[in-house]
Amino acid sequence: MISTSARPKVTLDGNEAAASIAYRCSQVIAIYPITPSSTMGELADEWASRNRPNLWSSVPAIMEMQSEGGAAGTCHGALQAGALSTTFTASQGLLLMIPSMYKIAGELTPFVMHVSARTLASHALSIFGDHQDVMATRQTGFALLNSTSVQEAHDMAAIAHAATLRTRIPFLHFFDGFRTSHEVAKIEMIDDQTLLAMLDQSAVEDHRRRALNPEHPVLRGSAQNPDTFFQAREACNVFYDRCPTIVQQEMDRFAGLTGRSYRLFDYVGAPDAQRVIIMMGSGADAAQEAVEALNAQGQKVGLIKVRLYRPFDTTALLQAIPTSCTHIAVLDRTKEPGAGGEPLYLDVVSALFEAGRQIPTIGGRYGLSSKEFTPAMVKAVYDQMHAQQPQRRFTVGINDDVTGLSLKVDPGFTTEADDVFRAVFFGLGADGTVGANKNTIKIIGEETDNYAQGYFVYDSKKSGAITISHLRFGPRPIRSSYLIAEGQANFVAIHQSTFLDKYEMLSYAGNGATVLLNTPFAPQQAWDELPVELQQQIIEKKLRLFVIDALKVARDSGMRGRINTVMQTCFFAISGVLRRDEAIGQIKKSIEKTYGRKGQEVVQRNFAAVDQTLAHLHQVEIPSVATSARRMPPLISDNAPDFVKRISAVMLAGKGDLLPVSAFPVDGTWPTATSQWEKRNLADQIPAWDKELCIQCNKCAMVCPHAAIRAKVYDPSELADAPATFAHVPYKAPDLRGSIYTLQVSPLDCTGCSLCVDVCPAKDKAQPKHKAINMVDQLPLRQQESENYDFFLKLPEVDRTRIRLDIKGSQFFQPLFEYSGACSGCGETPYIKLLTQLFGDRMLIANATGCSSIYGGNLPTTPYCQTPEGRGPAWANSLFEDNAEFGLGMRLGVDALTDEARRLLVSLAEPIGQTLVDELLTHQDWEEAGIAQQRSRVEQLRSRLAAIDAPLARRLELLADYLVRKTVWILGGDGWAYDIGFGGLDHVLSTGQDVNILVMDTEVYSNTGGQASKATPIGAAAKFAALGKSSGKKDLGLMAMSYGNVYVAKIAFGAKDAQTLKALREAESYPGPSLIIAYSHCIAHGYDLAAGLNQQKLAVDTGYWPLYRYDPRLTEQNKPAMQLDSSLPKGDLTEYMRNETRFRMVEQMDKQRYDVLVGKARQQIDERIALYQRMASGEPPTDGQPKTKE
Amino acid sequence: MDLSTTYCGLKLKHPLVVGASPVAADLETAQRAQDAGAAAIIMHSLFEEQLIGERHASIYHMELYANAHLEAHSYFPPVSDYRLGKHEYLDHIRKLKKNLSIPVIASLNGTSPGGWTDWAGLMEQAGADALELNVYYIATDPQETCWQLEDRIVETAASVRKVIKIPMAVKLSPFFGALPHLVARLDDAGADSMVLFNRFYQPDIDIAELETRPTLRLSDSSELLLRLRWLSILFGQTHATLACSGGVHTHEDAIKAVMAGASCVQMVSAILRNGIRHLAEVVREFENWLIQKEYRSLKQMLGSMSQSHCPDPQAFERANYMRTLHSWRVQGGVVV
Repeated sequence: MISTSARPKVTLDGNEAAASIAYRCSQVIAIYPITPSSTMGELADEWASRNRPNLWSSVPAIMEMQSEGGAAGTCHGALQAGALSTTFTASQGLLLMIPSMYKIAGELTPFVMHVSARTLASHALSIFGDHQDVMATRQTGFALLNSTSVQEAHDMAAIAHAATLRTRIPFLHFFDGFRTSHEVAKIEMIDDQTLLAMLDQSAVEDHRRRALNPEHPVLRGSAQNPDTFFQAREACNVFYDRCPTIVQQEMDRFAGLTGRSYRLFDYVGAPDAQRVIIMMGSGADAAQEAVEALNAQGQKVGLIKVRLYRPFDTTALLQAIPTSCTHIAVLDRTKEPGAGGEPLYLDVVSALFEAGRQIPTIGGRYGLSSKEFTPAMVKAVYDQMHAQQPQRRFTVGINDDVTGLSLKVDPGFTTEADDVFRAVFFGLGADGTVGANKNTIKIIGEETDNYAQGYFVYDSKKSGAITISHLRFGPRPIRSSYLIAEGQANFVAIHQSTFLDKYEMLSYAGNGATVLLNTPFAPQQAWDELPVELQQQIIEKKLRLFVIDALKVARDSGMRGRINTVMQTCFFAISGVLRRDEAIGQIKKSIEKTYGRKGQEVVQRNFAAVDQTLAHLHQVEIPSVATSARRMPPLISDNAPDFVKRISAVMLAGKGDLLPVSAFPVDGTWPTATSQWEKRNLADQIPAWDKELCIQCNKCAMVCPHAAIRAKVYDPSELADAPATFAHVPYKAPDLRGSIYTLQVSPLDCTGCSLCVDVCPAKDKAQPKHKAINMVDQLPLRQQESENYDFFLKLPEVDRTRIRLDIKGSQFFQPLFEYSGACSGCGETPYIKLLTQLFGDRMLIANATGCSSIYGGNLPTTPYCQTPEGRGPAWANSLFEDNAEFGLGMRLGVDALTDEARRLLVSLAEPIGQTLVDELLTHQDWEEAGIAQQRSRVEQLRSRLAAIDAPLARRLELLADYLVRKTVWILGGDGWAYDIGFGGLDHVLSTGQDVNILVMDTEVYSNTGGQASKATPIGAAAKFAALGKSSGKKDLGLMAMSYGNVYVAKIAFGAKDAQTLKALREAESYPGPSLIIAYSHCIAHGYDLAAGLNQQKLAVDTGYWPLYRYDPRLTEQNKPAMQLDSSLPKGDLTEYMRNETRFRMVEQMDKQRYDVLVGKARQQIDERIALYQRMASGEPPTDGQPKTKE
Repeated sequence: MDLSTTYCGLKLKHPLVVGASPVAADLETAQRAQDAGAAAIIMHSLFEEQLIGERHASIYHMELYANAHLEAHSYFPPVSDYRLGKHEYLDHIRKLKKNLSIPVIASLNGTSPGGWTDWAGLMEQAGADALELNVYYIATDPQETCWQLEDRIVETAASVRKVIKIPMAVKLSPFFGALPHLVARLDDAGADSMVLFNRFYQPDIDIAELETRPTLRLSDSSELLLRLRWLSILFGQTHATLACSGGVHTHEDAIKAVMAGASCVQMVSAILRNGIRHLAEVVREFENWLIQKEYRSLKQMLGSMSQSHCPDPQAFERANYMRTLHSWRVQGGVVV
């Protein structure tokens, strides 16, 4: 049991540790959000909004920019003006800063940027951590200073800010993304006085003296010619030469002030070590654990932690290597394909060579994209140095069965200490588990003498995301920079009983561990309901099992579905880490602290949850043998294709680490249509169809974000093999008279958002709350409706040429985007789904990075899918910033291939037959019937080509498909279109090329957590606009219209679905650029998305989101291009705004300011609509007021 | 003419005040009401549901996705410094108090004891001269008895009383079986005044969409009669002073209310319909009438037609109902 006493230490994550220093040392902070660094900028913004001063008693100016390039440019300007500046970034963001970095360094400017080092997108994007981004800046002239832990992220940040002033060399301070940036740990904070003592005030003044100032003007940024550039560039050498010495001096000064001592190259291990590893980053802490363990076993090993990587001080490195050293291994957390070795390795080798020290040195890669790096892997590297013929190049942590580079690792080797308490928690993203665990760490870290560490693993889904929290508590600082391994946990908590069938959670439990299960069942039944595999593990490992119905306790105490407080109380009650009464007291104290200012009711509800928990927590008596008849069901159906079974299934089971190199496509290419095999089973309630009441409008299918409710119309003969409960009715419309209609829900794919029920217009006359679809409990229907859905999917797809293309008709088309990981109730995915229904079998998609690239392309499964003929959207994500250009390139590429096909057709006209060739070349009808006709001609062409023995015929066979028109769609969110990608988007619009751009406008950076974009409306609170944005939303549509030849539409499917459909079709048919701005309700707006459609209606009705289509083709008919599709505003804007937390919080904070912003917003709406009206009427300008309804 | 009156512990220059409404929600309109002669102003109601519900909704939605996704630890700017209650209401009390010379009565709407009643104290601290507690409630649960309902109302009033020292009025609905008994209990619980009666949103039905539509119709003088009856019955039976709310549109309406026993006459619908200037006209005509009829002061008129003072006490009781019906005659098939 842990004893308590007060210590002036805090628990925080690496991002906060670094940002705390950066903020206090800066006057101007320019940022742009990017994972995993976003929190640093957000914290700076939060502190500034609370008027927290920097070291010089002023509040730093915080500026969110349109891109990282913009942020770097702003910092550069601020530095030139004499201010102290900082920024935070990672990955592609850092790449965008590189041009400015050269300038800042070339001008010898004191500056520190803090980087949570992250993977660069190559064959795939990854948000996780390694050193690829930092390594891409080696050449910029920045000093690169590295931290291995949360404490060091704090300490090195201070050393960097001190050293940059004295050296005049800008510093890039980096630490590992996620592993350090997001690890919560107990650290000792540096107070203002100490920090001030670190900074050389005279150097600050020197920096200001160098500032651009018209009172004593100079010029920078000249252009130099061959006569001078070279020499001038060499003039900076002395600054780099003395930089390492100054950094060491600053480290020594820091040690004097804080007692924490660092060297440029820190050596740990046996003084007479023979084998030495050289590395940097968080992995060095895991390596240190291994070193200590191996030396305790009598081995002679050592470790050099590289702190200052650039400028690279070879003398200091050589001094750090013990003279006893016989073997060196250098570990790089990066990959440079084609290089002679990774960068740190090459640096070490050249240092040794120049010094004449002939120590055999091998180099290896580890930890790309946050791949686990454990003491066992470190041991494998030391073992390799001892091998008869050590591998000169190796990887560790994976199984490379292709090039055989990977080292074998003994998974049994562990350095976990007995006096460290280890706990693993399985939760859902939205159940508050991670928040509660962070709170637990705070309690133990800050209220006891113990050290605490928390690291949180998430899957990439936005609905039903699983979180695994790894917590350690112990008497010493915790260096274990890796996850708790199987068999090592003292405590395993399962916060959702639905996980029992999916994950092998108990494998984490050590013998005698305690297991906590949240289950709706009473203790005995809870035992009976466990799969037999779990029962066996519990018995074999002699686990103690506790159960609680946390949802019931939470609901009874007024906490709605939030089980976090209940489960946290359980943890303290049975884990024994603190005395129970003391723990309860601490939880309540923390509740009071968190919610006290928000109202006593909230506090009381949480208190009630704590108090009621203990009475509902039960220990289960464990029998001596497993009794359950139930086994864990297979994760993947037997019918899945081979790739899915071999690869996707392993990833879904959480065992992707085990997949060898050979399992993967070499270039990142991945099959589509795999999400259908991942049955996520998230919904407690699903819609049930009342077929008698249904009017067959298909609106439910239209609004479903996950394509989990679908309609089909088919021949009665298809029903022969239907399951007994399969529901169907005669089809009502005259177009396919005599057909049968079915509306079918997939219970395992539905997320339970209820948008479909909300949109259903068919009400029971006797009981209007009963509609044609109604939410009902899923469990009783799960099996039956799953079978029905399987049957439904096998029914033939409709003949597209026979369907009238209205909303109803569109929903008979197969969605080629299904079961994505988007949020339950997502406001974006219905647009994408509709696009794929309309054009999916001939569309290419360029997708900007953001929510839509994550739910669209984040493995393990892929939601874009295929028709029975194997056609479907071909999708790719390039970057965040270049998406419009990427899509334009696709257009040009497709057109080039189409032209080639047409030329070949002409060349081969004779053997093919002139009539067919002419028909193929002159075909213009790209409606459904026309497409079918052309496809059939292409088939004819193929059969004729087969008979032609000529190289040109073979070439044409490859390109024949291009004779069916391909459509290019450029998809992304407002962060891309309005901000980072705007320059490219604008240019693409100006080219006149036939691309279609769909902007899913959530009015905020949704994926990175609600930062303001230029689409954020006036009066809305967002990060970097915490008090409510004071400027209006950019009118992107109007800007696009100014080109005159761009089709533009503003749509909102929840308000007017027919207009949405019309706009998408017109945009596709328009032979030039099209821009569609689509209202997308989002969790970042702060309301229950079940009301998303009503909110869309209100947005349109109040004039907040006017609907229009601007079609330049109309001008050819002497009509105005502009067509307003929404009626004049009815009702007040506040009717819309008051439903959303983003607006309401501004009102609650400052009513007066809110009223002013609302007034401005009303005025802007009036002016905007007046302008649109004028454009729609072709009338001369008016006084800026909309015409009112007569 | 001395029109002064004491209502809810406040000395008013005359009984005509602006009732709980949007009039007080805007400082400029409130000032215009004062200029028009309002003797006091009652603020728009702060609802229990608003206090608890909005706060919970905001916190809930801000926290729901906190730490839920890998790339976003939250979706809103941090909440700790946000005042998620109705602090602007308190700010508004301060603003009204600073700019008005007439009494400002805050209004709190709720029917269950709980944390929200702390707001009464905050309103007092913000400078409210008195508090009007509106206990509007629709009983829909067949398990809930009228006793339980009345107990809860009394308990609520008592719990508000505990946290404030300023006078407290309780605004009631007319739908109580034994109103005088409830009033007596509220009197014991520390209420200084009773306001008869609240009016409220009543759902209308959209017969095309099969949906309910909330509506609030402005009152007219016909609603006054119900108030007159209960003012008359309660006057003299309780220590609490009485206010008439609902149906006062003209100076005659106001005179009737005072005669029935109202120390205070609240006007809302008439002002919303005719503008604030209408209040000035009613005040002027009210005074003129008393002068013309040679009343010495308002006090002479107060309660003069209450049940205990009027010449025909039975007029306010059940017999009256019977007699009225019997007095109807049918002439040529038409009720006259």
